Amino acid sequence: MGTPEMTKADTKVATSGTHLPQIHEPRNPGMALDLDVIRGVQANTSAIERRCATLPGRRSVKKDHQAAWLLKAITMIDLTTLAGDDTPGRVKRLCAKAAHPVRADILDALGMGALTTGAVCVYHEMVETAVAALDGTGIPVAAVSTGFPAGLSPYHLRVKEIEESVKAGAKEIDIVISRRHVLTGNWQALYDEMREFRATCGEAHVKAILATGELGTLRNVARASQVCMMAGADFIKTSTGKESVNATLPVSLVMIRAIRDYHARTGYRVGYKPAGGISKAKDALVYLSLIKEELGNHWLSPHLFRFGASSLLGDIERQLEHHVTGHYSAGYRHAIG
Amino acid sequence: MMTVKEIFETMDYGTAPESAAEALAWLVEGSDRFGHFIDGKMTAPATAPGEVFLAKNPATGEVLAHLTQASLGEVDMAVAAARKAQAKWEKRGGKARAKVLYALARLVQKHARLFAVLETLDNGKPIRESRDIDVALVARHFYYHAGMAQLMDEELPGRAALGVCGQIIPWNFPLLMLAWKVAPAIAMGNTVVLKPAEYTSLTALLFAQICQEAGVPKGVVNIVTGDGAVGEMIVTHPDIDKIAFTGSTAVGRRIRQATAGSGKSLTLELGGKSPYIVFEDADIDSAIEGLVDAIFFNQGQVCCAGSRLLVQEGIAEDFHARLIDRMSKLRIGNPLDKCIDVGAIVDPKQLERIEALIAKGGMEGTVHQPCPAPEGCFYPPTLISGLHPSAMLMQEEIFGPVLVSTTFRTPEEAVQVANNTRFGLAASLWSENVNLALDIAPKLVAGVVWVNGSNMFDAAAGFGGMRESGFGREGGWEGLMAYTKPKGKTTTVKPAMAHSKPDTVEVLNLDRTAKLYIGGKQARPDSGYSQAIYSPKGALLGHTSLASRKDIRNAVEAAQSAKGWTKATAHNRAQVLYFIGENLSARADEFAQRIRDLTGTTETKAKEEVADAIDTLFTFAAWADKLDGAVKPVPMRGVALAMNEAVGVIGAFCDDRPLGGLIDVIAPAIAMGNRVVAVASEAYPLAATDFYQVLDTSDVPAGVVNILTGSHAELAKPMAGHMDIEAVWSFSCADISKTIELESAGNLKRTWVNFGQTRTYAARDWLAQATDVKTIWVPYGE
Repeated sequence: MGTPEMTKADTKVATSGTHLPQIHEPRNPGMALDLDVIRGVQANTSAIERRCATLPGRRSVKKDHQAAWLLKAITMIDLTTLAGDDTPGRVKRLCAKAAHPVRADILDALGMGALTTGAVCVYHEMVETAVAALDGTGIPVAAVSTGFPAGLSPYHLRVKEIEESVKAGAKEIDIVISRRHVLTGNWQALYDEMREFRATCGEAHVKAILATGELGTLRNVARASQVCMMAGADFIKTSTGKESVNATLPVSLVMIRAIRDYHARTGYRVGYKPAGGISKAKDALVYLSLIKEELGNHWLSPHLFRFGASSLLGDIERQLEHHVTGHYSAGYRHAIG
Repeated sequence: MMTVKEIFETMDYGTAPESAAEALAWLVEGSDRFGHFIDGKMTAPATAPGEVFLAKNPATGEVLAHLTQASLGEVDMAVAAARKAQAKWEKRGGKARAKVLYALARLVQKHARLFAVLETLDNGKPIRESRDIDVALVARHFYYHAGMAQLMDEELPGRAALGVCGQIIPWNFPLLMLAWKVAPAIAMGNTVVLKPAEYTSLTALLFAQICQEAGVPKGVVNIVTGDGAVGEMIVTHPDIDKIAFTGSTAVGRRIRQATAGSGKSLTLELGGKSPYIVFEDADIDSAIEGLVDAIFFNQGQVCCAGSRLLVQEGIAEDFHARLIDRMSKLRIGNPLDKCIDVGAIVDPKQLERIEALIAKGGMEGTVHQPCPAPEGCFYPPTLISGLHPSAMLMQEEIFGPVLVSTTFRTPEEAVQVANNTRFGLAASLWSENVNLALDIAPKLVAGVVWVNGSNMFDAAAGFGGMRESGFGREGGWEGLMAYTKPKGKTTTVKPAMAHSKPDTVEVLNLDRTAKLYIGGKQARPDSGYSQAIYSPKGALLGHTSLASRKDIRNAVEAAQSAKGWTKATAHNRAQVLYFIGENLSARADEFAQRIRDLTGTTETKAKEEVADAIDTLFTFAAWADKLDGAVKPVPMRGVALAMNEAVGVIGAFCDDRPLGGLIDVIAPAIAMGNRVVAVASEAYPLAATDFYQVLDTSDVPAGVVNILTGSHAELAKPMAGHMDIEAVWSFSCADISKTIELESAGNLKRTWVNFGQTRTYAARDWLAQATDVKTIWVPYGE
């Protein structure tokens, strides 16, 4: 089970009592490709689906707790725009929303100080605009990269794209993997590709988008997760948002169990980002409880968990206003991003 | 009170209580006092001390209601009401009954939340379970059996209702067990007197109310409350035709003894110590999650709980570490909280029982309790690792959230350890290898096997046990056998008398010694005694051996060694049966003559008996490969296979047709893969002993058929009491039915006895007795 040549990362992060640590995780340095682990992966689809189907009935978060959880969810959102018609104006508007995601009077009523979303996520061409717009907010800019979403542009250009985005100020790079390496079982190729992407990112954190909707089986999702973590991914992420099936609970369960397994073997915590299709506050709560159950409170932090979402924030804002006023809210009462 | 800001940091769940207001209001509506539901209305609640008992919320100890302990008079009233209503209810026809069952299903759904909250208040199970599992399955059971009522007239033309059914149900799934009992019974035209467990009567009383709203005719459903004394009144009531019991093996055994010889039908769904087998190639995280549903579901108070963990040795250490980690995340507490996994134990007495068992046996292994229980009637989820099959806690049912574990090395050893138990209710096995899973599932002695899952239930899938977990199935077509009987009349068996020794014995030919037939060889009786058999005219036809209990022991040993027969292909078994028929046919005249010599019957009748016997052999040869199992349309992606398995070793007492009586039991039994210890007609045994040579020449493997001769009255007790026999049949003219039923209580074997009555059974009836339905759930999907 163990990888003797690896020294386990001593988690220097204090997990004092119930409070979440506010310190950055030691980065996952990756490890040698261990094909035994990849071959040993099992994922029983029916059992995984049963766990996911019953979870919302097993965990319920109400009243003040719900409000607090939703606020937490906001801090984990990668507020995203990935459209062909993005313009600097559109991106600046989004950045402003990221810096002020919830109406101040609602935060006041909840006794909360200011908060921001986890990041803003854009295409490379919008990175500079976003970086400038977010200057002084502490909100990182994430750039989708490597020929997003299909990842089929020339390899050297994909690597180059990372370089350019990092140079433009992106602190996080969401790369897409070559699905064909998974579908053909070419784990070495996947590993090498991911390894180089990671190296090219330098100090920027790298999220590996698996495009799970195109990997065929949950078993493949689990294998690809392991390979990308071994190659040094800081986060593993479900989807580009452009596949026909994006983040689902079963896929999430498989990926976070892979993260747990990797942590148990190496001591390094890898982050998780479900993306696409999560648009309801209620769904966000289920995701957070899934993380809490399977990975623990430690992962309930923007350092280790993000939602890739564009419309989720709006629903959360409405729920928060309902919590404060006791009346159902309306979309127009909250600023658009 | 934490602030939002604080919760934002801690990310605690908080509480999410379901309101009890509506359920408490319902209790208040009934003034918190309840009588029984008899003949369509509630009786006046008792007021005298001693006649009242309390319904309590186990999570808080609060009194919920005052209930009435039924008197014998009230049980009599309930039975009389059921009796009076039965004929009319049956005559109404299946389609009319279907409408009533449909209305019950709808009403359960309409009052779903009220039922769920009331159940949780009364029983202590988490509201998630009562809401998402219990009540949902209850509605499903009534819908399904509404359909069975609708189809009965067309699909079961040969079956009729049993009459009045006494039903005694446990406290772990109060409403669900009511549904499992009431739905099939009334669908088939029976009427019922049901007693809920004294800890949990409330949802049954709410059900009584919806019976009124559903248009259930008065007297069709009667519900009486009280403790075991009331149960005993039902069990021993002379005007009840059938007892259905779900509960402990100890009580089930007492019921078997109490009903012995009464002529009542009986089905028992009893305890278990079900294995949960994890092979090294399983999806480990899913297998661990499955254990949450297997042993911590309903606080482990589940007869089919996967309570015995068997992990392949190479992965055991890692598996246990991950399991303990998972257990630490369980939430235990207020069962009305929607964010709770483990609720309250049903009663402080049960809690004491669990604590005592663990105090007694826990030290044989290592006790892990990573999730502490709150004050009150709660027990923490517990794993006891490092036990061996010889440990007390590996054998005894704990009926609490306590998992015991051991390891195995090979698939063969997994089966061996899994089956090393007196019980045989359910089993789970986890493997990603379809070859392994489908090989192991049939080898597990259990009525239900879940592959890569646990505690899956559905009205369409049979549920029930083997060994001391009871007999009979609930759910599916097979479940209807427990609430119907074949139509048609029975006649009293005419006792066949052995012909007595004449004044002068006529010796016909050279002495032929008929010994016993055990393990494919002729064997002298252990007693060393023989008996002369005479023709009606006084001719000495020969001697037969007088078998004793030791010969039964030897025959059962031989039969148990012949397990290869059960594994033989159905085609192969059919061939052997045809061959027996062929060889019998070659000697038809000789057997006809023997029958005439023994009984003095006419040549025509004797030839007819031989011809019938050959026909029976051919019929069951035909059936050997045609009693198809089923794939049940259960609501999941996957298959639930209903497989007809051999019962095992069947002991049988033959009727007095010298050849026909023997062939009738042998043919269906061995066709289905059973091995038989048959006791030939006591008065006319010599045709059976002649038959040894037919068996010898027909490729019947040694031990598959064993034939004894001697006194039925003497052999009944050791046969029925033998712990390694799975079923006993009797068509004997001797008065042994009661003895057989009584003695069968030892290992709770199945019995099929005649009470001195004879009738013609259809082949399907024989086959049903010669098989157990095993339901194998195989969810799939990649």
